[in-house]
Amino acid sequence: MPDTILAILEQRQGKLSRVSWETLAASQAICAETGWTLEAAVIGNSIGNLATEVAGKKVSKVYAVESSKLEPYTPDAFVAALKQVLQSKQPKLVLLPHTYQVRDFIPKLATAMKSTVISDCVGYKKDGDKLVFTRQMFQGKFSADVSFTCEAPWFVTFQNGAFRGDKLEAGTSAAPVETINVEVADDIVRTKPQEIFKEAKQAVDLTQAEIIVSVGRGIKEQKNIEIAKQLAEALGGELAASRPICDSGWLPMDRQVGSSGQTVAPKLYLALGISGAIQHVVGMKAARTIIAINKDSEAPIFEIADYAVVGNLFDIVPPLIEEIKKARG
Amino acid sequence: MKILVCIKQVPQKDTPLKLNEYGTWIREDVSYEVNEPDAFALEEALRQKEKHGGEVVAITAGPARSQQVLREALAKGADRAIHLEDNAFVGLDAFNTARAFAAAIKDEQFDLIFTGLQSDDYGYAQTGVILAELLGWPHATIIMQIEKTDAGIRVKRELEAGYFQFVDIPLPAVLTIQSGINKLRYATLIGIKQAKNKPMRKVSFDDVKGAVTGNLQKIERLYIPEKTKNTEYMEGTPSEIAKKLVDKLRNEVHVL
Repeated sequence: MPDTILAILEQRQGKLSRVSWETLAASQAICAETGWTLEAAVIGNSIGNLATEVAGKKVSKVYAVESSKLEPYTPDAFVAALKQVLQSKQPKLVLLPHTYQVRDFIPKLATAMKSTVISDCVGYKKDGDKLVFTRQMFQGKFSADVSFTCEAPWFVTFQNGAFRGDKLEAGTSAAPVETINVEVADDIVRTKPQEIFKEAKQAVDLTQAEIIVSVGRGIKEQKNIEIAKQLAEALGGELAASRPICDSGWLPMDRQVGSSGQTVAPKLYLALGISGAIQHVVGMKAARTIIAINKDSEAPIFEIADYAVVGNLFDIVPPLIEEIKKARG
Repeated sequence: MKILVCIKQVPQKDTPLKLNEYGTWIREDVSYEVNEPDAFALEEALRQKEKHGGEVVAITAGPARSQQVLREALAKGADRAIHLEDNAFVGLDAFNTARAFAAAIKDEQFDLIFTGLQSDDYGYAQTGVILAELLGWPHATIIMQIEKTDAGIRVKRELEAGYFQFVDIPLPAVLTIQSGINKLRYATLIGIKQAKNKPMRKVSFDDVKGAVTGNLQKIERLYIPEKTKNTEYMEGTPSEIAKKLVDKLRNEVHVL
């Protein structure tokens, strides 16, 4: 029997997230190369319709993992439920999207299964019989090819945007859906989650901005934000920032771009003094054009920049503002 | 509350990194600093102690150089430190680091263990959660606020896309702390002086060897990322660069 990949997809409020479809597309690609069988799982309470939706894709089987204890999410219930699924279905490789929820439970599940997670991967390679997974390290300065040295099941999580969801193949006929009613004992769940809420209404919707000027640590001091603001105004764009700037209170949290902030795809993203740590890049790499100004020639932001300026932003930005004003007349 | 804070020493953010001759790790002759999320974890532990009393203990695993992060923690107000001191700890995966920590604290009784939400070098974002599972404790990740309650604690978890959630957790528990949860303090001169006399327990690799297995995952190769974009570099004086950029903005990007 060929080995099996199990793709565990994340649903929230009855919808599968985009990165879940990307993970399923990645799983299809790995199966095409290895000849392994692809199965998928959706977890929650009354998620049969989502399982049916997944069954329309090119997969050999879909599991609807059901229990009233799985809603709302807790790591204890998820691990208890998935442990039962993995022990009975015995997949070799378990693939998941690298979301905050998955980050919360997957190291616990892997440890409970005496295994490990290669987390936040952006790709994979088949090296002879060996599968290696590529992940970024040192804030994106290096890539690492990582392999498993333990017994299966192996766990891998994929970064948002690492694979293209539009490459997902539909099935020729609907795959069978198997409902697994898992038992989660009452005393297993130790944490009590409250309702999910959104802090103060987002004042700025960066996702709609055509032009974004974004600042990172390289701006050095709060008073220097002004120069970036002037550049944004000259371009008719929005001002944004990487996390450390918002953490310092130099700009409000609703201007933050990255995994914990907004995900943007403007026509132009101008990065000032941003090094390009993974957590920031996942939020802006879909920009059509990226201009990066940074004094560190090895800053990872240059890997994804269309136009790069290695230099001091305080030297470059003032004449740039002047030239833009001239061009605008 | 008795709180353990796991702190990692990582290469400084702006330090240029070079690969070793095998292409499996970086050359370690670089400057190091405290992993930033761990600094927020320490700060939060100190604030909890100031509110509720108790003790803050800092722990790290790494060679002699990593003692610096414990010294800094003691100078900022931690009461004592535990140093798992050996070069061998550098190469451990998250699972084994957590096993080593669990072994090193087996005779201690903490109410809470804090880690930063991830490290700036490996970026696994796993050690804290694995430690919770090994100890059999509940956990919560990416924490932005901690309040003591009668039954334990209530934490505020950061979710994606601007969402949050409060979660009630009994003690003992493990929390991974998000950057920006608080404002970091600086060590005072008196703090730095007092740190010299605070207890530092050394744990050797031999002491925890029984708990450590072979790594479950292996870095086959470390390399500079393959470029996927054709980056055009703008060179010249600042005003020349400004002109070139405006030319691109007008004729290529079409935003002017």
